[in-house]
Amino acid sequence: MAEATATQGEVRPLVPHLTLGETRDQDYLNGSVCKKCGTKYVGPRLFCGVCSSDGPFETIRLANTGTVHVWTIIHQATPYVQAPYIAAVVDLDGGGSVNTNIVGIEPKPENMKFGMRVKMFTEKVSEDREGNSYIAYRFTPIEGEN
Amino acid sequence: MREVAIVGISMIKFGRYADRDFAQLSAQAVLEALKDAGMEMKQIEALYSGNLYQTSGSGQRILQQIGQTGIPVVNVANACATGSTAFREAYFAVASGAYDVVMAVGSEQMGKQGLLGSRGDPATSLEGRVGSYMMPAVFGMAGMEHARKYGTKQEHFALASVKNHWHSTMNPLAQYQKESPLDEVLNSRMIAYPNTLLMCCPTGDGAAAAILTSMDKARQFTTQPIKVAASVLTSDPFTDRDLTLPDINTLTRNAAKLAYEQAGIGPEDLDQVELHDCFATAELLHYENLGLCGDGEAAMHVASGAPWLGNKIPTKYEEDVAPFRDKTYQPKTKAVVNASGGLLSKGHPLGATGVANIAEIVFHLRGQAGQRQVEGSKVGLAHVIGLCSACTIHILQK
Repeated sequence: MAEATATQGEVRPLVPHLTLGETRDQDYLNGSVCKKCGTKYVGPRLFCGVCSSDGPFETIRLANTGTVHVWTIIHQATPYVQAPYIAAVVDLDGGGSVNTNIVGIEPKPENMKFGMRVKMFTEKVSEDREGNSYIAYRFTPIEGEN
Repeated sequence: MREVAIVGISMIKFGRYADRDFAQLSAQAVLEALKDAGMEMKQIEALYSGNLYQTSGSGQRILQQIGQTGIPVVNVANACATGSTAFREAYFAVASGAYDVVMAVGSEQMGKQGLLGSRGDPATSLEGRVGSYMMPAVFGMAGMEHARKYGTKQEHFALASVKNHWHSTMNPLAQYQKESPLDEVLNSRMIAYPNTLLMCCPTGDGAAAAILTSMDKARQFTTQPIKVAASVLTSDPFTDRDLTLPDINTLTRNAAKLAYEQAGIGPEDLDQVELHDCFATAELLHYENLGLCGDGEAAMHVASGAPWLGNKIPTKYEEDVAPFRDKTYQPKTKAVVNASGGLLSKGHPLGATGVANIAEIVFHLRGQAGQRQVEGSKVGLAHVIGLCSACTIHILQK
């Protein structure tokens, strides 16, 4: 059994702030709130960089929609990534900001705008030598809201 | 705390030295600084060595090249602020009274390594899959945040490249000494919007060294001691997006405030500034962060001519700049910015940069900057920022 699992590989989130569900449409971004000072973080935390405590932290589910705060278009990319692509910081509805790729739109400055409404989805982006696959999140413009 | 002076300074020409290692590059800088101060290695009481990639023993390896006198060595790594942090440690060593004569060396050998931050295991790397963490992306987005707030255009940022590339033609120590008019900057290969290739600093190799003494001993070594009027180091305070979008502004503003207080001057008193223009976007942000202009005025400031050598746009670039010039804008400060050519042209061998920026200011305060001399320069500021995040500011006075 153990061998079978190893060859099949695990499905893993590429980042700790992505929680995987049974299916890809159940995946969500997680965050944590310091119960001492109320600071909201993206992803799990053991310690609070604002009030210098060890929390405790409440694990929360972050929104899967948000707005583009800033963006850039990367033309010179690392070798395993296809360029050009849009890299952005998205402010999630209800709090928390994430780095992400914006897809589903041609990567040209004239197509982008600050405050663009976007929605998250997840997909497999890579596989390691042991056969484990990695799931990442991306954002795409919300039709009818831009 | 005692007053501290720079009595010896050097910077080797930045570039690519495939046939030398960083310790040999540093030894050359050490030798030149000693010569500048009229000193011998045995007079140096402690060494502070800034080098980012040679994480352990960089200073000892330099001494193995140029003088194993057995003195204490402190090796410093602090992102792009590595060299300037080493300088600051040297400053405190003298200011505190612990030593009378110390040396700070900044060095790096980067070679042609390509984009910073682009390495990592391809299977599990976030780069390009969950946004981009490479420096071109970070500083591209930092510029776009300014554009979001103030409507700054790509051309405004590009003017910083036109200026610094022009300045570099007068600096024989710069890695590149090549002019680039605005259309050439804008039409060069896009790296990360809005920064094109000519709006990004190069990688390279280099070294710089400074010898510091107490002010009361300084005149034994030089007729032109340069006073370290402020030495400040800050890290990034928490901001809502700081785990996502590095905030290069707040820690620079905090450092500037402290530095002006320490030196008892304001930005209007500065004759020149060497600031951390790792990308053209960064230069404009730091005009505001250092108080050279008001918030939202950076685009007008660069187009006004104020930060250009001679405080005006050279005739050959007047046409380039004219469409972006706001004739109603009156610059409140006169500091020439990056007379050296800046990181954009002078180059940015990471650990060397912090000491090299200080060296540039010293050259001018002594009247040794040749063709690019800022006339009558009496007060200069050297600013460096490294991500994740460290900011140093030194104010130097004649």
